[in-house]
Amino acid sequence: MNRFLLPLSIFVVVVVFLGVGLTLNPREIPSPLVGKAAPEFSQPQLYDQEKIFSPADLKGKVWLLNFWASWCSGCKTEHPVLMDLANSGQVPIYGMDYKDERQEALAWLQRWGNPYPVVGVDQAGRVGINYGVYGVPETYVIDKRGVIRYKQIGPLDPDTVEKKILPLVRQLESQ
Amino acid sequence: MIWSALLIVLVSGPVWAGEARPLGEDPAVEARLKHLAIELRCLVCQNQTLADSNAPLAEDLRREVREMIVKNMSDKEIIDFLVERYGDFVLYRPPLKATTTLLWVGPFVLLIVGATVLVITLRRRARKVVDAPVTDEEHRRVEQLLAQGGNRS
Amino acid sequence: MIPEIGHFALILALCVAVVQGSLPIYGAAVGNSALMAIAKPAARAQFLLILIAFCSLGYAFADKDFSVLYVAATSNSQLPLHYRLAAIWGAHEGSLLLWTFILTLWMFAVTLFSKHLPETMRSRILGVMGLVSMGFLLFMLTVSNPFERLIPAAPDGRDLNPLLQDPGMVIHPPMLYMGYVGFSVAFAFAIAALLGGNLDAAWARWSRPWTTVAWCFLTVGIAMGSGWAYYELGWGGWWFWDPVENASFMPWLAGTALVHSLAVTDKRGGFKVWTVLLAIMAFSLSLLGTFLVRSGVLTSVHAFATDPKRGLFILAFLAIVIGGSLALYAWRAPRVGLGGSFAMVSREGMLLANNVLLVAAMGSVLLGTLYPLFLDALDLGKISVGPPYFDSVFAPLMAPAIFLMGIGPFAQWKKAELPELARRLKWAFGVSVVTALVLPLVMGKWTPLLSLGLLLAIWIVTTAVVGLRERLAHADGPSLSGRVAAVPRSYWGMLVAHCGIAVFIVGVTMVKGFESEQDVRMNVGETATIGGYTFRFDGTQDVVGPNYTAARGTFHVSWDGRETTILYPEKRRYPVQNQIMTEAAIDPGLLRDLYVSLGEPLDDGAWSVRLYHKPFVDWIWGGCLIMALGGVLAVSDRRYRLAWRQQEPAVVPSARTVRRKVA
Repeated sequence: MNRFLLPLSIFVVVVVFLGVGLTLNPREIPSPLVGKAAPEFSQPQLYDQEKIFSPADLKGKVWLLNFWASWCSGCKTEHPVLMDLANSGQVPIYGMDYKDERQEALAWLQRWGNPYPVVGVDQAGRVGINYGVYGVPETYVIDKRGVIRYKQIGPLDPDTVEKKILPLVRQLESQ
Repeated sequence: MIWSALLIVLVSGPVWAGEARPLGEDPAVEARLKHLAIELRCLVCQNQTLADSNAPLAEDLRREVREMIVKNMSDKEIIDFLVERYGDFVLYRPPLKATTTLLWVGPFVLLIVGATVLVITLRRRARKVVDAPVTDEEHRRVEQLLAQGGNRS
Repeated sequence: MIPEIGHFALILALCVAVVQGSLPIYGAAVGNSALMAIAKPAARAQFLLILIAFCSLGYAFADKDFSVLYVAATSNSQLPLHYRLAAIWGAHEGSLLLWTFILTLWMFAVTLFSKHLPETMRSRILGVMGLVSMGFLLFMLTVSNPFERLIPAAPDGRDLNPLLQDPGMVIHPPMLYMGYVGFSVAFAFAIAALLGGNLDAAWARWSRPWTTVAWCFLTVGIAMGSGWAYYELGWGGWWFWDPVENASFMPWLAGTALVHSLAVTDKRGGFKVWTVLLAIMAFSLSLLGTFLVRSGVLTSVHAFATDPKRGLFILAFLAIVIGGSLALYAWRAPRVGLGGSFAMVSREGMLLANNVLLVAAMGSVLLGTLYPLFLDALDLGKISVGPPYFDSVFAPLMAPAIFLMGIGPFAQWKKAELPELARRLKWAFGVSVVTALVLPLVMGKWTPLLSLGLLLAIWIVTTAVVGLRERLAHADGPSLSGRVAAVPRSYWGMLVAHCGIAVFIVGVTMVKGFESEQDVRMNVGETATIGGYTFRFDGTQDVVGPNYTAARGTFHVSWDGRETTILYPEKRRYPVQNQIMTEAAIDPGLLRDLYVSLGEPLDDGAWSVRLYHKPFVDWIWGGCLIMALGGVLAVSDRRYRLAWRQQEPAVVPSARTVRRKVA
């Protein structure tokens, strides 16, 4: 090859990568936990602080774990989507109230509706750290054996629910 | 008026020159935390280290790391804890693996290739310049160059 | 009305740019001097039009015209006038206008200082610059129009990001852009020479001062950005290897290599092909930086708000401009002649070795900056490449370059003898090694890095002293001052720039080796001691700024019982964007900075406070300024002044005899 073409070739490669880069989101960090067992926890429940919420109780079920907070604006964006999904009864969504004030969280659910059968409280953010949460809302799909199969970073939208979450849930249900 | 003046006196209190306490309880723990945190990335920030960031998650993670230091865990254990949860993204010093080999050896390969090319080109060039018969045109050019450039300056 | 004038001026400028980018280049190709003659007036007209647009935007800001979307987005009625004006380049659209304005400014400068250039050359240069400016104008007019109206007008603006409300904002971006865009002149010279096939020593001689001036601006621009980050971000760092910082550093490395390579081409006619490539690279990297900052492909503290449409536009623009020039290079370069011969050990050889090191360093920065993107694009996972990587890769590449920097100026052109170089430099070497080993011990701490840093810095200075002595000994003149005057400015420039590097290295080494910091909880009246200085906290007061409220702390600093200074760090709250800013207070000094920043208020009027003692930190930026000063000295060299005054670049006899004698 003509050695004077070398700079051009390098440049072409860089441009291709930059072009691909434009379609990617640099702030989205894939979770290393997908395919691994969902970390155990036992947290007090939001409505009944005496009771404990633990993933161990949900063995044998396919379920979603949704980290949210009353102070989080993305959570409001995704909230109607969660309500629809919960009402459709296709998959239960369990909530984890992340670094929040109890009263505000209760008021928030009162005002916008509660899609969760059970809400756990993660006041100190430790469950969040164990799940690798770096910004709420984040949603995990967990299978019957308690393995994380998918992680949604940022708000869920109807499209993602239709095309990713529900097909995955159905597939996991049939296993 | 009087009350507010009194209040000021009370609030400012007696000026006593005590030595300020370090923020962390144990300076040794803080030093190790700092040492670790400058190489860790704050995940929610644009591009900041865990040491520099004031984001709530960064504070939580610092607390977590501090607790692990107190528990006497090794640097490797602490880093593994974070990588298990957040992936290699959390490390500002990318670990050497198959996918990062190019990153780590690239600069030195560049240097070696550059130096080799330079030496080969200079060798080849020296031969070419000597071998090439000097045309009148080239003579004129060299003259012109010398006239323009001077010798050493 | 005024914003429409600005908008219209941009449209007219685009039309002029189209003409300027096509007809003169075509004219040069077919030898039509009427077409070539269009270049100069077109360039000046474009400058004038962009100036009008720039002033219109400035007026809209000064006038608080919140019916202009950009003004409403980046300023506020409470924002002081100087920051409103600096807000012109406070976000994407306006900074693009600044880019274009500076491009036309350089274009205008070329029309002023190009009388001695052949007409074909000048018209090609201006034509190429016209094409570049066409791209930017199209970009602005299609997806980033700063004059877009907001109807109905906003009642008030959303304000300039408080981080940017700083004197640094007023001058750092213009300086930086002067540097970035300045490389477009060297680029245009290179492309013009490739187009014309006259890539000769004259070309190098002409583009040398332009390159040096751009390099000086870039050096100062980067240094100011770093200084700004140091005092504004509030955690005392001065360089973070952030993608956007790297984006400014890569053109600097390429530009530094170019400045040196141009010396070889100018003096000896050698390595023209390489020099041309560097000229293309320096400007391409400036453009790449623009892409990285504005496209959102990388996360950075400094990135602009992004929009994929814009990213796509700049990428296409990059592909055309850089791809086109590199294709032209691949086509034309093989036909370029070789130039004068020289041995491996010679001034030429050393300058080229320095080039290899600089380019390898540049390549590493590029690799580290883009690597996360590469992996992500190939779906191989996300990683972060940060300071630990760059520090460990960069230092081993730069250390030999700096060592060579000491030897290079001693080597003769064409051929030098190593034993002779060793003989001339043995004292400098001995002194450097001994001092570097002993000095840290005297200062009370010895680490290999500390010693290495000092070794390099002292080596540069001692070799400079030896070199100057030899120079003066050989110069003619009855008195010392006469001999000093006989040494050409370009030589002084080189010495000063190299010593600037030495000063910089001292700064970096001393800060890394000896800085100390403390995070303390301070009650009113309590003291903390750092680096021998005692800080007494006298509480905070509430103060009200023009567009913020702040808690201002008072710290009495004393050394050995005597008061040194009083520092007033602030914690500001900007209500419009509801942002909290930490304004550090610094007592700068030649030998140390004292740095205080307020953390969080604790109970009872106590605060968490961060104190730093940073020895020699100002040398970092001082060194950069000295480097730039060296560049200015080099450009003011006699032969450039003569070249500009004369119609042709021939050397005037008197100047030549002076140089002969010097040699």
